[in-house]
Amino acid sequence: MTGDISITIDRDVCIGAGQCALAAPGVFTQDDDGYSELLPGKEDGGGDPLVREAARACPVSAITVTEKGAETSPAH
Amino acid sequence: MMKPATTASEPVTFPQDRTCPYHPPTAYDPLREGRPLSRVTLYDGRDVWVVTGHSAARQLLADPRLSSDRTRAAFPMTNERFARSRDRRLTLLGVDDPEHHDQRRMLVPSFTVKRVTAMRPRIQETVDRLLSDMVTVGPPAELVRAFALPLPSMVICDLLGVPYADHEFFEEQSRRVLRGPSAADTQDARDQLDGYLGDLIDKKRAEPGDGLLDELIQEQLRDGALDRAQLVSLATLLLVAGHETTANMISLGTFTLLRHPEQLAELRAEPELISGAVEELLRFLSIADGLLRVATEDIEFAGATIRADEGVLFSTSVINRDTAAFARPDTLDWHRPARHHVAFGFGIHQCLGQNLARAELEIALHTLFETLPGLRLAAPAEQIPFKPGDTIQGMLELPVTW
Repeated sequence: MTGDISITIDRDVCIGAGQCALAAPGVFTQDDDGYSELLPGKEDGGGDPLVREAARACPVSAITVTEKGAETSPAH
Repeated sequence: MMKPATTASEPVTFPQDRTCPYHPPTAYDPLREGRPLSRVTLYDGRDVWVVTGHSAARQLLADPRLSSDRTRAAFPMTNERFARSRDRRLTLLGVDDPEHHDQRRMLVPSFTVKRVTAMRPRIQETVDRLLSDMVTVGPPAELVRAFALPLPSMVICDLLGVPYADHEFFEEQSRRVLRGPSAADTQDARDQLDGYLGDLIDKKRAEPGDGLLDELIQEQLRDGALDRAQLVSLATLLLVAGHETTANMISLGTFTLLRHPEQLAELRAEPELISGAVEELLRFLSIADGLLRVATEDIEFAGATIRADEGVLFSTSVINRDTAAFARPDTLDWHRPARHHVAFGFGIHQCLGQNLARAELEIALHTLFETLPGLRLAAPAEQIPFKPGDTIQGMLELPVTW
């Protein structure tokens, strides 16, 4: 799985609910202001199966998981 | 998938009292048939849309065309108490973006997963102390007064920098705000709370402490990002929301566990299930039922048109029992994925304190049943009073023994 996806966070949309950090703590964290950020080196998700759950948990759809060039928006 | 939304039958009245404290009112059963969208009638005779489907709720709660601004003339109200205070501009809860975003940004750093993790040892100490006091005096005990209410009160006081010594005063005013006997009584309680927090803020301006209110005074009030009235409104919201909701989850969660001995035994045998169990309890109990919005323009949805100025209500108790999102939704199951429930809302207004609430619930419920393995109800379950349908759901009293 590693390298198959890339994760982007729209920090203008993020409300700092922390649901990504709670769902996939191995990939997401919150910076000092409370906004979502990726842990260093985890831009490709590091093969963590919880990445999609984190994207789905985001209440404002700020996380986009892109797979092999095809963009998938967060699940509703 | 989407069926036409309106049904020919009479709209259901909303809100109604629960029949069993941990299930949605049986009177809402027709709403389950009308997913994802149907109509309900409010106390004042007004008909509004009610969202009952899980996927629909997540889409519409994130839709910026639905406003949270209670000062809009068309904003729906579910009871006279709240209708009377509609001209009070509610900070955070009652404003839309971009104003909402600016206000939330001031608070977010205090409620991150990391900050809450750092608060856990202190929460554990508080839980241990309350239970130790309860054991010294009892059995029996009234769990709301001895444990469910003081824990979140102490935690939010600590976080905000509000003296816990004043808890009887603000707990009483919160009770009157959320379920006072009349609109006038609620109005008076709001004034008292605003007065109290206004005085506290003025005191803190002269003699700063180290709570979140002190931070907001230093960083936002001085800069003019918030005025005094806004800070008072925000402080009231954080104080009330910070203790009432969690207290209800602890009391109703305990009652629910005691009424589900199999699930309780499983949780005792495998304590690591606790975070999944808390998530499932949040889904199952959906204590804040009936989130309100008003449409600012026409919205085409599920074959229906939500017209501008129409009210939209989200029944979280019905949404969180949608079979399309949760298999066998009326069963309490620690192993199901439940995290996508909407018990904390969804969209930009999703509960600011949800991570703190989760930590308090995990620690409170785990420690309660670990410390008192023989915990049981001290009265017949059917006789234990719970809250009426027009407020946050929970137990009014919870007599227990061990």
